Amino acid sequence: MLRTKQKRTEQAADLRLQSQIGEEERFGDLMRRMARENKTAVISFFVIILMVLAAALAPLLTPYEENGMDLLHRLSAPSTEHLLGTDEGGRDVLTRLLFGARVSLLIGVVPALLSLILGAVLGAIAGYRGGIADAVIMRIADVMLAFPSMLLAMVIMYALGGGILNVFLTLTLVNWANVARVVRAQTLKLRSSEFVEAAQIIGVSRNRIMRRHILPNCLPTLLVLFTLNIPASILTESSLSFLGLGIQPPNASWGLMINTGRQYLYNTPWLCFAPGAAIMLTMLAFNFLGNGLLDVLDPRMQKQ
Amino acid sequence: MSEYLLEARELTKEFPAAGKKTVHAVSGVSLQIRKGETLGLVGESGCGKSTLGRLLIRTLQPTSGEVLFRGQSVTRMKDSEFKPLRKEMQLVFQDPYASLDPRMTVRDLVAEPIETWKLYGSREEVTERVRELLRAVGVPEEFLHRYPHQFSGGQRQRIGIARAIAANPSFIVCDEPVSALDVSVQNQILNLLKELKETRDLTYLFISHDLSVVRYLADRVCVMFLGKICEIGPTEEVYEHPRHPYTRFLLDAVPVPDPAARGKQIHLLKGEAPSPADPPSGCRFRTRCPYATERCAEEEPALQEEDGVRAACHCAGKW
Repeated sequence: MLRTKQKRTEQAADLRLQSQIGEEERFGDLMRRMARENKTAVISFFVIILMVLAAALAPLLTPYEENGMDLLHRLSAPSTEHLLGTDEGGRDVLTRLLFGARVSLLIGVVPALLSLILGAVLGAIAGYRGGIADAVIMRIADVMLAFPSMLLAMVIMYALGGGILNVFLTLTLVNWANVARVVRAQTLKLRSSEFVEAAQIIGVSRNRIMRRHILPNCLPTLLVLFTLNIPASILTESSLSFLGLGIQPPNASWGLMINTGRQYLYNTPWLCFAPGAAIMLTMLAFNFLGNGLLDVLDPRMQKQ
Repeated sequence: MSEYLLEARELTKEFPAAGKKTVHAVSGVSLQIRKGETLGLVGESGCGKSTLGRLLIRTLQPTSGEVLFRGQSVTRMKDSEFKPLRKEMQLVFQDPYASLDPRMTVRDLVAEPIETWKLYGSREEVTERVRELLRAVGVPEEFLHRYPHQFSGGQRQRIGIARAIAANPSFIVCDEPVSALDVSVQNQILNLLKELKETRDLTYLFISHDLSVVRYLADRVCVMFLGKICEIGPTEEVYEHPRHPYTRFLLDAVPVPDPAARGKQIHLLKGEAPSPADPPSGCRFRTRCPYATERCAEEEPALQEEDGVRAACHCAGKW
């Protein structure tokens, strides 16, 4: 106990020395520092890597086909042959979970990223430029936010039709307004800060101030929004799929799996449990990673 | 070409305040700054010192009046015409914590003016120039890739100064650059500013509420009260023979460190300064002035010159 404590202090001293030298950090150093300060974040990072790998290598990891029906073995319990059992079509649940990860991870990450970029740029413009730009952008955002997001997503999906690209587009359109509001508020605060005034006095152009000073200082907020948006997107997609507006069967996504499994919840709970656990794990992993990155990426936190 | 580097003519700045009121931050200020001199600007908090400083470097536009830089009216210029002059006028901030972007390294902070004005081509040349500047202000070069929070207040202020001089300006407004620092560090920063002024041919407007600091650094001093100039003239003359009662009170309010020298009677001002949203008629100082007469309430005193000092008081030197 005492030894580990001593080791900790040594490491901390080591860390302080490192930051005093103040060399530019590479990715490896960043991870190492995060490993020291926040173990959960690193574990989460590897969980995410593992999930991405599993999704990418799905065909190699399982002997079954994604849509391999086997009506003789419908709704069978977990066994050595089918580790997570089979669903109502006799398809292997583990296989569908792996293939579903491809869709669900993409649906989590891509719209979250797109809405983040769109929202951050529009929010920063609204906050920094003010005037007409602000009024126009924020009124559009208000209109978007005035609708219940689920209803809005349904309307857009209905107009566009199913398919993964339309799901990306829909989720981006539904989520950007929230990001824009938060970034605008942050920008208003930063705009009146002294270091922005300093940049103005130097003669830095408005666009450059936005890129170099405003957006980097919004980064912590954006990161948190990103990690919150990923699970939200996955869940919205599952609801859309449930209504027949999202991913179309027989393709698998986690949300779709939960919703089809729901009908058999009393007799074969694993149909819901497996994709539910997968969604929960993804959500937690991204949240923990986000928190860890938040600590590590903030230069002010390096000292402690 | 004018004999002055910078000239303010009847500068006025009013800010809208709550309830249809206006705050008269700066009212009809005229002053001239010669090339190479340091003009000290003193006055109590809220008297418009910082506003005046920012009007002079055109980060604020005056409500009326104009600023001339090298004889040209900066106020009437369009943004595009003013652009080349932007780098000629810089500001050193009071707060070395808030004025440096916490997410930028020292290298990037000091390089920002150089990159903005494209003074050097390659990245290496810019970095080399940053190293030079850091040497000039006394920040160890090894700290190039550190972040502001890793420095002490004094070092941060040095970084702020390095940034201010990076694009070779000719005029710098120092907005209370040492009032947030330890006394021991204040001296170092003041000496640094003095040294840079000599080596880089700078002209300063030095804003402060610390009279001893201004006496140490300034060639001339300007005393402000509630948005107006009370007295302006050569530093020694103003300190030795104040013409305006407000200057006298300011000087008397400086604590005397030697108890033996405390003998003579000192006068301290009573009460609060009137609000700049509702300044008194006539002389703005009259409500606190023990020598005020009826004339002071009716007629606003103009600046009158005597022995190179200009003072705005009806009974200048006669009280």
